[in-house]
Amino acid sequence: MIEFLKQPWPWYVAGPLIGLMVPALLILGNKTFGVSSSLRHICAACVPFDISYFNYQWKKETWNLFFVGGILAGAFLATTFLLNGQPVNINPNLVTELGKYGITDYHSQVPMQLFNWQQLFTIKGFILIVAGGFLVGFGTRYAGGCTSGHSIMGLSNLQMPSLIATICFMAGGFIMANLILPFILKM
Amino acid sequence: MMNTGEAIIRDINTNTDFEVRSLDEMSFNESTLQHPWWYNLKYLVAGILFGIILVKSEVISWFRIQEMFRLESFHMYGVIGSAVVTGMISIFLIKRFNIKTAYGEKIKFYPKKFHKGQIYGGLIFGFGWALTGACPGPLFALIGTGALVIIIALLSAIAGTWVYGLLKDKLPH
Repeated sequence: MIEFLKQPWPWYVAGPLIGLMVPALLILGNKTFGVSSSLRHICAACVPFDISYFNYQWKKETWNLFFVGGILAGAFLATTFLLNGQPVNINPNLVTELGKYGITDYHSQVPMQLFNWQQLFTIKGFILIVAGGFLVGFGTRYAGGCTSGHSIMGLSNLQMPSLIATICFMAGGFIMANLILPFILKM
Repeated sequence: MMNTGEAIIRDINTNTDFEVRSLDEMSFNESTLQHPWWYNLKYLVAGILFGIILVKSEVISWFRIQEMFRLESFHMYGVIGSAVVTGMISIFLIKRFNIKTAYGEKIKFYPKKFHKGQIYGGLIFGFGWALTGACPGPLFALIGTGALVIIIALLSAIAGTWVYGLLKDKLPH
């Protein structure tokens, strides 16, 4: 059993399990599945100043902070007890492409050759980590949700705005990954 | 006099609160029940399960995200697609059979309103997703996997959210 769990889970196991988060949170207490609003609650709790967008009763939303804390803890548990140490098995074309930029280590969830403290102080690392993170936070709030809130919860509830948002998420990703990222990785 | 004043202030507070939150469809507090804080521990457990799934399905892998945006693998599409189908069936069943929460409350759904932010913000988030290889959930998960430099990406994402809040009224919606 544990050996089975230690293998990567195929999409047809993982996808339905992720989908079940939607009814689970609704039934646990009428909560809408979504992660990016936690970033807003953190702003509201720590640095609201007099910005009206952050002056609301964030304490009513603490469930969301427990949820993201759980995500962090769950990822730690899975990494510690449920991984078999095998590198991620990706398309050989991508291996060839990334090899050209010196990315050869596939043992972590992120390429450790790019996402480390030394790289953070290079232009490449700054763009990937700091600028990338900023765009994620700014963009998800501007769009009113992220992959969980729009693409999974919103689409499950047949919301047209969520479909538009999801198409734009993908379009932005395609443009960045194929047209811009190669120049950044060449740096 | 004192009571009326307090009531008005309370009224203003709730109204502002509602207005601010109604602009952001992801931030409704659906439950009207008051619970002690430890009731939130069940969401911690839900988060732990979600975190385990995110790691085991490799959807938090930067490499998997690059594969997805290059159409080099079906994996991510399979995960997201089957998650949506499962969610759709679940919501259909909840509505069809009027399933209640564990506390007997009616489960509420809120329609989302279209605004241009879903296009501009969506594209901006897409750029960030392809750079960091992570959406907000995976940012938290990646820190848990030991990729500690992602703490900086998360702090930057919080900064991005804050700047959005600051500029909100000046941005096209």
